[in-house]
Amino acid sequence: MKLPLYRTDPTHTTRYLFFTGKGGVGKTSLSCATALKLAEAGRRVLLVSTDPASNLDEVLETKLANKPTSIVGVPKLDAMNINPVEAAAAYRERLIGPMRGLLPEAALRSMEEQLSGSCTVEIAAFDEFSGLIGNPETTKDYDHIIFDTAPTGHTLRLMSLAKAWDQFLDKNTSGTSCLGPLAGLEKQRAVYEGTVKTLADASATTLVLVSRPQLAALREAERTSRELRALGVSNQCLIINGIFETKCPDDVTSQAMQRRGQAALAAAKEFIGSLPSFIVPLRPINILGLDGLRVLLDGDGEPASLSERGSDWTPPDMESLEALVADIERQGSGVIMTMGKGGVGKTTVAAAIAVMLARRGHAVHLSTTDPAAHVAQTLAGQVDGLTLNKIDPAAETAAYQDEVMRAQGATMDKAGRALLEEDLRSPCTEEIAVFRAFAREVGQGTNRFVVLDTAPTGHTLLLLDASEAYNRELQRQSRSTQPEEVLRLLERLRDPAFTRILLVTLAEATPVHEAAALQEDLRRAHIEPFAWVINQSLLHSGSCDPLLQRREESEHRYLREVVEKQSTRTAWLPWQPEEPVGPDALAQLASATLHVSTL
Amino acid sequence: MKTIQVYDPPMCCSTGLCGNDIDPALVSFAALLTQLSQKGVKVERYNLGQQPMAFVQNPTVKALLDKEGVAALPLILLDGEIHLKGRYLTDAERVTFSRAALGESAEVAS
Repeated sequence: MKLPLYRTDPTHTTRYLFFTGKGGVGKTSLSCATALKLAEAGRRVLLVSTDPASNLDEVLETKLANKPTSIVGVPKLDAMNINPVEAAAAYRERLIGPMRGLLPEAALRSMEEQLSGSCTVEIAAFDEFSGLIGNPETTKDYDHIIFDTAPTGHTLRLMSLAKAWDQFLDKNTSGTSCLGPLAGLEKQRAVYEGTVKTLADASATTLVLVSRPQLAALREAERTSRELRALGVSNQCLIINGIFETKCPDDVTSQAMQRRGQAALAAAKEFIGSLPSFIVPLRPINILGLDGLRVLLDGDGEPASLSERGSDWTPPDMESLEALVADIERQGSGVIMTMGKGGVGKTTVAAAIAVMLARRGHAVHLSTTDPAAHVAQTLAGQVDGLTLNKIDPAAETAAYQDEVMRAQGATMDKAGRALLEEDLRSPCTEEIAVFRAFAREVGQGTNRFVVLDTAPTGHTLLLLDASEAYNRELQRQSRSTQPEEVLRLLERLRDPAFTRILLVTLAEATPVHEAAALQEDLRRAHIEPFAWVINQSLLHSGSCDPLLQRREESEHRYLREVVEKQSTRTAWLPWQPEEPVGPDALAQLASATLHVSTL
Repeated sequence: MKTIQVYDPPMCCSTGLCGNDIDPALVSFAALLTQLSQKGVKVERYNLGQQPMAFVQNPTVKALLDKEGVAALPLILLDGEIHLKGRYLTDAERVTFSRAALGESAEVAS
């Protein structure tokens, strides 16, 4: 498949550009590079980052704030950071602050937890967007406003249902989860509606879908494309970032990497052909500074010479996954959970652990929520003592939505039903549905090992904690809706002898930062992760391809962050030329060790 | 016409659909309130997570919260009097509650 290189074209660029895609695909780098090129072509550009872990400061070599700041050396470019997490925190404080001293401490704490959910953050982010789009006065000095993220379909649908808000907010007879946080937000409904309209205006807005040459990332881009198109956001294009062509054709690692990329593009051919699509070649991971950004779009991909590398840090020896398993098995039974950002290999790591434990003679139950789950599927009936279960989030969610709509939807008018339906599409709904299935699986870990490739967030667990008093009351009346597994879940997860949580990450910025955030979240719920697992590391791949050598080096920084700042125990897994499928490949992966000192 | 006031625990939402507790009682309770409101009963529903001031401003609610904490929630008041605390209505209670709210006597309703 031959696709054109991505280039900015000032004469055909809309006023608003939204970059969207799965985490780690390069939204920030590409939006920065685009902003830079437009500014250098004479346009006045405002770049807006809404990534809570934004490294825009670093990329642009300028200290940014939550209002436009001019970028040193690029007179026409201003940039700003919006942190939705902080915006949500500010909103929370506006609500809770005045209550201090008036309400008991326990009530304040449970309020705080309720307002820490993903819905609050998502809506707070949209509120900030709206301030810039729905109110032209704030941005009248710019030709282009570029966002390194886009509102989700869920948010947009909620906003376009604004007419139905009255019934839900003003009368207060029913109400919805995701609109709840809006009640206290400051911007006006008219502004929200204006924002939704602008997003759907093809002459004003372009949605730039960013992906990697990986099937999961392409599928996500396709989903987003379809969802937002259905909402009228029709001006879309696709950038596939990180196309790799090896300069070292004899090298196994680089050949395999190139092949994998080509296979992913071939599999997503139909989607790629359905909209204007462009490519950006793979560059060394750390695109920093204005020169780095220029290289991203203009460079011919030639990395700087290897002698320029600056890292004098040597990664320490790290354990194999097998070593962790040897430790875990002493307990004889219990729950092992892999957590981390999407795409880091949670299912693979969970499957490898399950195989190791079963081969060591233990009864093991492997449970996965990965819809593809072929890693787990290939184990069916192949390993003695290993049983499999698949939790289908879509099916669990659909059943729950159906139940609620039947019970409540009947008494509502059309607008009300539409809003309730939308509410049930919120990320929280799936979380609840999967949560029960999860609790069921954890309950099985009392007489064997249960390995799970998913886990509820600390936020969900704290919600559970907050509702315990209520549960106890229901139980007393013997009409509890909560199964015993749910009631005992938190206690079990907090028991380090029963539950071992492994945080899985790649040696890259975003996965590490997300895993660190998960760890924080768990600690708030008084749960301490057992270890971190670095997956798909290129360290000592021995590749002769200069680009891969550079990427290997760039891992150091993130390995160091994990080993020195985040984890007490770290296991390491190498990048595999072939995807590890089947018990032998998984066992082999788990036994791989990294001994720097002997290399 | 009577007034119902409901003081919910801090759920992300006033129906509780977003919490981890998928209690059908919450769903049918919300539906009941919608029905009663359509029949002219004045319904006010407050969520501690979103309208905390309402809890502070009602002396009955505030006193109960100080004494019993969030375990006293949800709290259902009918014309200012505590009707139920710490849980939602059972199926049987919903019928009685509905009649009381509409000011119907048991005989008339049956």
